[in-house]
Amino acid sequence: MGFFIETLIGGLMAGMLYSLVALGFVLIFKSSGVFNFAQGAMVLFAALAMARFSEWANAALGGNSLFLANLIAFVGAGATMWLVAWAVERFVLRKLVNQEGATLLMVTLGITYILEGVGQTIFGSEIYNIDVGMPKEPVMMFESLFEGGILINKEDFIAALIAALLVGLLTLFFQKTPVGRALRAVADDHQAALSIGIPLNRIWVIVWLVAGVVALVAGIIWGSKLGVQFSLATVALRALPVVILGGLTSVPGAIVGGLIIGVGEKLSEVYLGPMVGGGIEIWFAYVLALVVLLFRPQGLFGEKIINRV
Amino acid sequence: MLYRENGQFKTTYAADQQIFTIAQDKWFVLGIVAFAFLAVPMLADEYMFRAILIPFLILSLAALGVNLLVGYCGQITLGAGAFMAVGAYAAYNFLIRIDGMPLIGALLLGGLTSAGMGILFGIPSLRVRGLYLAVATLAAQFFCDWAFLRIKWFTNDSSSGSVSVSDLSVFGWVIDSPAEKYLFCLGFIVVFAVIAKNMTRATIGRQWMAIRDMDVAAEVIGIRPMYAKLSAFAVSSFFVGVAGALWGFVHLGSWEPAAFSVDRSFQLLFMVIIGGLGSILGSFVGAAFIVILPIFLNQFLPALGGLLGLHISTAAVSHAELIIFGSLIVFFLIVEPHGLARLWAIAKEKLRLWPFPH
Repeated sequence: MGFFIETLIGGLMAGMLYSLVALGFVLIFKSSGVFNFAQGAMVLFAALAMARFSEWANAALGGNSLFLANLIAFVGAGATMWLVAWAVERFVLRKLVNQEGATLLMVTLGITYILEGVGQTIFGSEIYNIDVGMPKEPVMMFESLFEGGILINKEDFIAALIAALLVGLLTLFFQKTPVGRALRAVADDHQAALSIGIPLNRIWVIVWLVAGVVALVAGIIWGSKLGVQFSLATVALRALPVVILGGLTSVPGAIVGGLIIGVGEKLSEVYLGPMVGGGIEIWFAYVLALVVLLFRPQGLFGEKIINRV
Repeated sequence: MLYRENGQFKTTYAADQQIFTIAQDKWFVLGIVAFAFLAVPMLADEYMFRAILIPFLILSLAALGVNLLVGYCGQITLGAGAFMAVGAYAAYNFLIRIDGMPLIGALLLGGLTSAGMGILFGIPSLRVRGLYLAVATLAAQFFCDWAFLRIKWFTNDSSSGSVSVSDLSVFGWVIDSPAEKYLFCLGFIVVFAVIAKNMTRATIGRQWMAIRDMDVAAEVIGIRPMYAKLSAFAVSSFFVGVAGALWGFVHLGSWEPAAFSVDRSFQLLFMVIIGGLGSILGSFVGAAFIVILPIFLNQFLPALGGLLGLHISTAAVSHAELIIFGSLIVFFLIVEPHGLARLWAIAKEKLRLWPFPH
């Protein structure tokens, strides 16, 4: 029983991390209808920027204050993501208004290549560390309840807390601020939003910036866990089933979907994996999402797709 | 002036329904095919065959298959690499497990197995549309990656999932030199291109296009969506599966599951979108673009650096390649979202008047 709960909690924590990447997808799809494959590359790009800025700031400060160096790096990486958002809007999206979904999807794949190339040219292609002072050692809990207790990774726990906080902030931003309301208006109807004076171009920059910041947070957490390296770009492929399971247009869907996929992956790997030779967690998530789609084609929380002739 | 249909009268229905109704088109295409069969084997050297021509031919066959599904039937797929893998491994198993199995038989049976898988993974398309479907097809990709790595029966109990095929021969013709491999692939691609072209002109292709344009409306006029969609998945997977088998047998010789990874799926989708959705010509142009561009950049960038007196490291070259490749994709999608085949159509329009102004 203790082992089961441990796996379950491990799955929930991993799920929160998937949700973070999935959030970026949802934000951009909701407001511009672009299925942004570059989200994984953005995570890599942001994490690379963060790691190197932190290294440089630390060297410039003489290694006195890790916190200050990280703060400078965070602001610097945020500014870099703003630059990315601006460039994407100015040079790509603005010229592709009203194109089909498949074309936009392919464009973001092109952006993926550019970001991977540029990121590694500027920031280097070694493996870097991000040290934001997260505690690494695991703790035992509930030793009185279960035999052997439950091993919880403190780092995962903090990461899950940060993810939850970020989701809360985003919800507030979307529901309560004027900019958030404008974003929701654009998501509902481009033309109606334009007609009441919402500047579409600026809104898109903001959305890509928000997605960039989400990617930055995801990059910091994943990067401090696994190290910043090229394989970070492939987390996008792990987060895709999360997005379609939860629904492409739903922020809560990204969270719930992430938790379901995280738990499903871990439990299937532990209990089903040995029967069929292991390594099934990669496709299990996709098959799980596929099964859900068969019953709800728009995902768990997505808006109902209405077809008009 | 040169490209005009004036004076080419059609007196029978058969003449009106030819593939190429304009004589110039017909002779141009026949000329290219004749050139590819007769002149290229004499002109090209071994590097040309191995690095450019054979990959180009096989990948255009795969792109053709993807185009039938994505371009003609409107079902976006990101799992084409998986169907290549199914075709390759199935053909391998047919070849080694059945005594006296001829090579072409094995390739076609590999394609048929892939078609079966295509139908299976096409079932979600009956419920799921658009981008949701695109992601759902990734399930096929990751499942096949896993299956060929972990299930030892498929790979004849080799430890890393890598298998190899040697001694290719058809009816006593031993295919071993690059030129012979090229001709073998060329034969396949010509036959399949004709089949694909005719399918898109026939009932089945028109059903696909009706489904693509508006599936509810197609249903109203009596087209069965299930039959149309699943047949598109089956035919497309058959093409892609045969291409995968050729890729493994003829191009690689020995291969492992990583040869058909998710990157290959993206690459195939790039080909059809850059080349032109819903265009047979587009599949070839797109494949040529995607195959040749990286090779060109790889050769060209260090040379350019040398010219400017810079030494560019291999890592920098590979990063620059990524950037230029990505930028060109974005550029082409912006200037011509309907693909390179559309540019050719525009050029033909202009050619009707050229060199006169009116």
